[in-house]
Amino acid sequence: MRTRTLKLEPVVFHTLNTIFMIGIAIVTLYPFLNTLAISLNAGNDTIRGGIYLLPRVWTDQNYKAVFAGGTIYHAFWISVARTVLATVLSLFLTSMLAYAISRKEYVFRKPITIVVVMTMYFNAGLIPSYFLIRDLHLLNNFLVYIIPGLISAFNMIVIRTYIQTLPEGLIESAKIDGAGDFRTFISIILPLCQPVLATVALFVAVGQWNSWFDTFLYASSKQDLSTLQYELMKLLSSSMLSNSSAAVSSGADPGAARNMVTPMSIRAAITIVASLPILVVYPFLQKYFVHGMQLGSVKE
Amino acid sequence: MAGSPEMIPSKQAAPQVVPKSSLWKRMSGQKQLMLMSLPILLYVFVFSYYPIWGWTMAFQNYKPARSFDQQEWVGFKHFKFLFSDDTFLMVLRNTIGMSVINMVLGFVTAIIFAILLNEIKQKLFKRSIQTISYLPHFLSWIIVTGIVANSLSVDSGIVNVLLMKLGFINEPIMWLSEPKYFWGIVGASHVWKEVGWNAIIYLAAITSIDPSLYEAAEIDGANRYQKMLYVTLPGIKSIVIILLIMNLGWILDAGFEVQYLLGNGVVVDWSQTIDIFVLKYGLQIGNYSLATAAGIFKTVVSITLIFAANTIAKRFGEDRLI
Repeated sequence: MRTRTLKLEPVVFHTLNTIFMIGIAIVTLYPFLNTLAISLNAGNDTIRGGIYLLPRVWTDQNYKAVFAGGTIYHAFWISVARTVLATVLSLFLTSMLAYAISRKEYVFRKPITIVVVMTMYFNAGLIPSYFLIRDLHLLNNFLVYIIPGLISAFNMIVIRTYIQTLPEGLIESAKIDGAGDFRTFISIILPLCQPVLATVALFVAVGQWNSWFDTFLYASSKQDLSTLQYELMKLLSSSMLSNSSAAVSSGADPGAARNMVTPMSIRAAITIVASLPILVVYPFLQKYFVHGMQLGSVKE
Repeated sequence: MAGSPEMIPSKQAAPQVVPKSSLWKRMSGQKQLMLMSLPILLYVFVFSYYPIWGWTMAFQNYKPARSFDQQEWVGFKHFKFLFSDDTFLMVLRNTIGMSVINMVLGFVTAIIFAILLNEIKQKLFKRSIQTISYLPHFLSWIIVTGIVANSLSVDSGIVNVLLMKLGFINEPIMWLSEPKYFWGIVGASHVWKEVGWNAIIYLAAITSIDPSLYEAAEIDGANRYQKMLYVTLPGIKSIVIILLIMNLGWILDAGFEVQYLLGNGVVVDWSQTIDIFVLKYGLQIGNYSLATAAGIFKTVVSITLIFAANTIAKRFGEDRLI
């Protein structure tokens, strides 16, 4: 009796569990695939409803409209520029500091660590920060995307923890060969840190690419500095105000061919353009960031 | 002090001179390390510490046109006003309410997901599910709220379509225009976005549980669920406690983006959080002092909770958090 129920139970459990997992995969992927379908469907047809996984009237007009050279195309390149620049700079500066405070003999190691880690737990708040940005003349300035978010204490701890796992002998032998700390950092530590740098680069790049609040706050009066996410945000809030996709279509892009492009369809196309770069990259970095998360989250 | 003037200085000097010179020596050998950490120190002081000075605004009737010594000092007037202001008490309620919902839902779903995913033995399937589950974490809140708004839309949103096809409702629900659904929608959006990401840490903790514990439990006749309950859960208990305590510190951080992006005039009484309050009073209405006071309140509560949490975690015998 007992053995029989035990034999049946695993089959039932595994079937249900597998179905549950597939369910999660569907719930996660469906909205994305639906957006993809809408982005490839003619805008005036989408309004009729009933688009689920496949487009009904195929078109590439929505993507053409995005890349036609207008504001959205410009915003796309601003997004690319801020992401690349900030990631490279932030990675270099953060790992340089991480190396310095990983050196056990460094006299200022403790105080600097405390001063930097403290910044994780407080911030001055919106208004004082806004005034600081204004006083530094960073309002409506491209550098407002790069400078304020340059250092993250969390990323620094992740990199430092990784450096501390490297064999001490490497650094000592570099020193014996006459290399200074900066040389050691550039030619020994950086190349060895590739896995953790990949993780942090992903964190920084995703944060930069997805950011919209800094545009909203600091650069909203300069269209030249608008980013892809901010353009998407503007489209989203305008469509939520009208609250009906039919009403939105009247405000469609004037240059759109025969109403093929509506704000809803162009929003779908921008969503795909805005998420694709990340979705292409992250699965390859999975083994790194899973490890990086564990390094940074508890042991500090 | 006046007792033996020659004795005391010499006694103090003797132990000081030796370490000081060696400290100096050590420092001069570390010029490169110092240069390497200098830019970041400057950066942290300018962008994290210096703005704290702006907190003085909360104790003034701050007028941008006046210089610092011309400002009128009013003490705790703005703080007192905040706690008698219905709008602030409302956003405080919303913030804590959504925070607690997000936290409870976030923990429960991530732990359940991790435990169930751990039961999947087929490697490739497990890995694929895990990879898919991270996906929404990398999307911006703009995209996620767009997806949420689409899914919940009245015309052809998938949620209404499914509920109607399954016969649960007869006509579509206007999800985003009903204040009573707002907190739940925010909580569900967080779960959708973060459940896979949050599970990473639990999955790692589960894989580090000693397999012999499971074998011993099996010999004792434990079934699958008993093993989950008496081996897996205790095995991840310490990490759950650490993360839970750590998250308590962020109780006033219910998020800003979701509420700002999904909120609308109809649900405003239930959607606004402290961050939105600060944005509205500070940068839109121009009441800098009041907005700064609200921001200070938030930061002070967070820091207090984090340090309390740190102490509690130590008492639990866990690793220090900071």
